[in-house]
Amino acid sequence: MKIFTLIISALLVQNMVLSRFLGICAFLGVSKKIETAKGMGAAVTFVMGLASLISYVIFQFVLVPLHIEYMYTIAFILVIAALVQFVEMVLKKTMPDLYKALGIYLPLITTNCAILGAVIINMNEKFNLFESLVFGIVSGLGWMLAIIILAGLRERMEANDKMPEAVKGLPASLIVAGLMAIAFLGFSGLV
Amino acid sequence: MTDILYPVLSLGGLGLLFGLVLGYASKKFAVPVDPKVPLIRECLPGANCGGCGFAGCDAYAEAVASGAAAPNCCPIGGAPVATKIGEVLGVTVDSSDPKVAYVKCQGTCEKAKDKYEYYGLKDCQEAMNVPGTGAKACEFGCLGYGSCVKACAFNAIDIVDGIAKVNKENCVACGACVKACPKSIIELVPEKQKVFVTCNSKAKGLDVKNVCSVGCIACSLCVKACPKEAITMVNNLSVIDYSKCVNCGLCEQKCPTKAILNFRQPVKAKVQVEEVK
Repeated sequence: MKIFTLIISALLVQNMVLSRFLGICAFLGVSKKIETAKGMGAAVTFVMGLASLISYVIFQFVLVPLHIEYMYTIAFILVIAALVQFVEMVLKKTMPDLYKALGIYLPLITTNCAILGAVIINMNEKFNLFESLVFGIVSGLGWMLAIIILAGLRERMEANDKMPEAVKGLPASLIVAGLMAIAFLGFSGLV
Repeated sequence: MTDILYPVLSLGGLGLLFGLVLGYASKKFAVPVDPKVPLIRECLPGANCGGCGFAGCDAYAEAVASGAAAPNCCPIGGAPVATKIGEVLGVTVDSSDPKVAYVKCQGTCEKAKDKYEYYGLKDCQEAMNVPGTGAKACEFGCLGYGSCVKACAFNAIDIVDGIAKVNKENCVACGACVKACPKSIIELVPEKQKVFVTCNSKAKGLDVKNVCSVGCIACSLCVKACPKEAITMVNNLSVIDYSKCVNCGLCEQKCPTKAILNFRQPVKAKVQVEEVK
C-alpha cells in the first residue's frame, strides 16, 4: 500500500515538473514535438531510476559510515555524471538500437536538475533501496507525462495563426505550463 | 583534521574510481568506427535534410561506408558530391538523375470549387480532420494551407492562388514536402521531365468536371495521342511513365481540360509545325 501511495504521489500529486518545478529547462526546451518529448522522457526515466539506485548505495555505504552526509550534492553529481557517461558507452556497444532511440538526450540529462532532485528527495525522505528505485522510475514517468502533454499542446499551438503576436512561441508555452501546474494541483487531495 | 581528510579522500577516491572505470569502459566498450565515415561525412553538405532516406548526413555517411547505401543518393550534393564520395571509397560513381518536387494540382481558387467555408487552423493536417477532408470540393486537390511550405527547409514552396507551387531553383528534392502533404499531391519527378499530368483526382470524369475545370476526366485522349505509349490510365487518372516520355507535348495538345501541362514551350511549337507538314 505504501508503494502504491508512493507511485500516485510521484506520478501526479508531487509531479516532478508541475508540482516540484524541477527539470523545467529541458521541459520547455525539448517539448516542441511529441516524438522528441517521448525520447527525452524515456531517457530521463531510465537515468533517474539508475541514479536513484546507485546514489542510494553511495550514500548509505560511503557517506553515512564516514559521517560526511553534508557532501551529498558533490557526491551525487559525481555519480550522475559518471553514470550517464558509462551508460552511454555500454548502450552504444551492447544495444545500438536503444542508443539511437535515446540519441542526444542521454548526455543532455547529465545536468538535468530533476535527476539530482529525485536523488536528494530519496535521501531526505529516507527511502529504502526498493522505494528509491520505484520513486526514481515513477518520477521519471511523471516527468515524461508532463512533457508529452505539453508537446501535444504546443504542436497544436504551432498550427494556430490566430495567436496574438505578443504571446506567440515561448510566452504561450509558459502560460500553458502554468495552467497545467494549476490543473495538477487538483490531484493534491489524493494522497 | 579528519573533518577535512575524510571528505577529500573519500570523494577524491570516488572520483578516481569513476574515472578509472570510465577509462576502462571506453576501451572495453569502444565501438570501432570505420575511418571512411568522417571522410565521407566531410564530402556531404551537412543540411541533414533526410533526402537520401537516412536520418541525416551522419547516418548516411555510416550507411555508405558500410555498403548499405549507394554513394549517389544525396539530392543536394548531386553529381559533384557523389564523385567525391566515390574517390573516398575508391570506386567510380554514376551521378544520380536530379529530381525536383512537382505539385500535381492546378485547382486554384477560381478553377476549383469549395464545399464550405473553412475557418479552422490553417494547416493541411488539421483540415484533413474536418469531415470531407478539407473545404475543397475535389477531395484529391491541394488544400493550400501550406503544410508543405512549413516542411520545406529550402524556401522552395509557395502558396500561389490557393495552390502550392514549387520553385525549381531552390528545390533539392529532399522529399520533406512529399511526406508532409496529407493528400499525397506532391511527387518527385526527374528534372529533365517537361510534361506533367497536373491533376491528382482519381474520381470519375463527370465528378471531376463538376468540381474543377482543370481536372483529369479520364477521357484517354492522351493515351491515344502518345507516340511512345508512355501514358496509361490508372484509377481514372492519366499517368506518364517518365522513362518512356520524350516530352513531345502531343498529349498536352489533345487534353480537353488542360490537365496536362507542358513546360517546354519552344519545342512544342516545333512539333506543331512538323505535324502540319
